[in-house]
Amino acid sequence: MSRSPEEIKKHVRVYVNVFVALMGLTVITVAISYLHLSVVPAVILALIVATIKGSLVASYFMHLINEKKMIFATLILTGIFFAALMSLPLIFHIDKFY
Amino acid sequence: MHIPYTIHARPDTGLFNAKLGVWLFLASEVMLFGALFSSYVLLRIGAPSWPHGFEILNIPLATLNTVVLITSSITMVMAWASLKIHDFARYKRYIGATVGLGFVFLIIKAFEYGAKFSAGIYPSESTFLAIYFTLTGLHGLHVVGGMIVNGYFWGPGSRMWHTEPERFTNRIEVAGLYWHFVDLVWIFLFPVLYLL
Repeated sequence: MSRSPEEIKKHVRVYVNVFVALMGLTVITVAISYLHLSVVPAVILALIVATIKGSLVASYFMHLINEKKMIFATLILTGIFFAALMSLPLIFHIDKFY
Repeated sequence: MHIPYTIHARPDTGLFNAKLGVWLFLASEVMLFGALFSSYVLLRIGAPSWPHGFEILNIPLATLNTVVLITSSITMVMAWASLKIHDFARYKRYIGATVGLGFVFLIIKAFEYGAKFSAGIYPSESTFLAIYFTLTGLHGLHVVGGMIVNGYFWGPGSRMWHTEPERFTNRIEVAGLYWHFVDLVWIFLFPVLYLL
């Protein structure tokens, strides 16, 4: 990743903003748990906030926001296998949802 | 022996080799943690009852650890940014802070584990505790691994800056990718284990 020093200085401001956002989202994550919601909405909300936080880390700290095609190809393939892995428990317990 | 594409990007991938290598390694790490997350879901759905993490685990300590790990992520990216603006002294401070924060994370975790063990709470106690100790223990090992690598780049490994600065900067970038991944895993572990 070849970036000029001036460009890097601008990015540092972005990193600080992302850090502040992550701290704010951590507070929100903990606050949601004190609402004592039932399992399904609690899981959905917690995963939404965690996904936003994860996306911020991946996009800005890991520089995915302007990464090369090869990385995205690798990640898409990983995502497909990850989704398959996560769907296994649901398939095994599909009868519970009827 | 000359190792190719340690500084400049390979024409076909558009990346220097270490970067592609680390991303492929992280892909395998996604599958490792994915398998354990999948097991967690399988066990939780199949269990007749499942305890709430917040009833058993220490939320304030885990929240503090989340803050520590997120802070270590910004110090890691600032270490890399410092090298990009050719400020080696600043780099040393930031990478040192990253290692230090990793150490703080482990101390808090050890304190949390110690409190559980002294209360007679062990992994064999329940399925929830077994998966809790497995996931957090594996994550803790990843923190240790990252600290060893970052510690090396803070100490003896940093000599490369004076001979091959661009190559060293690339090394810090890929070490950072791993460290941010460890942070990312914790971002999901925290709500899943402690808050739900």
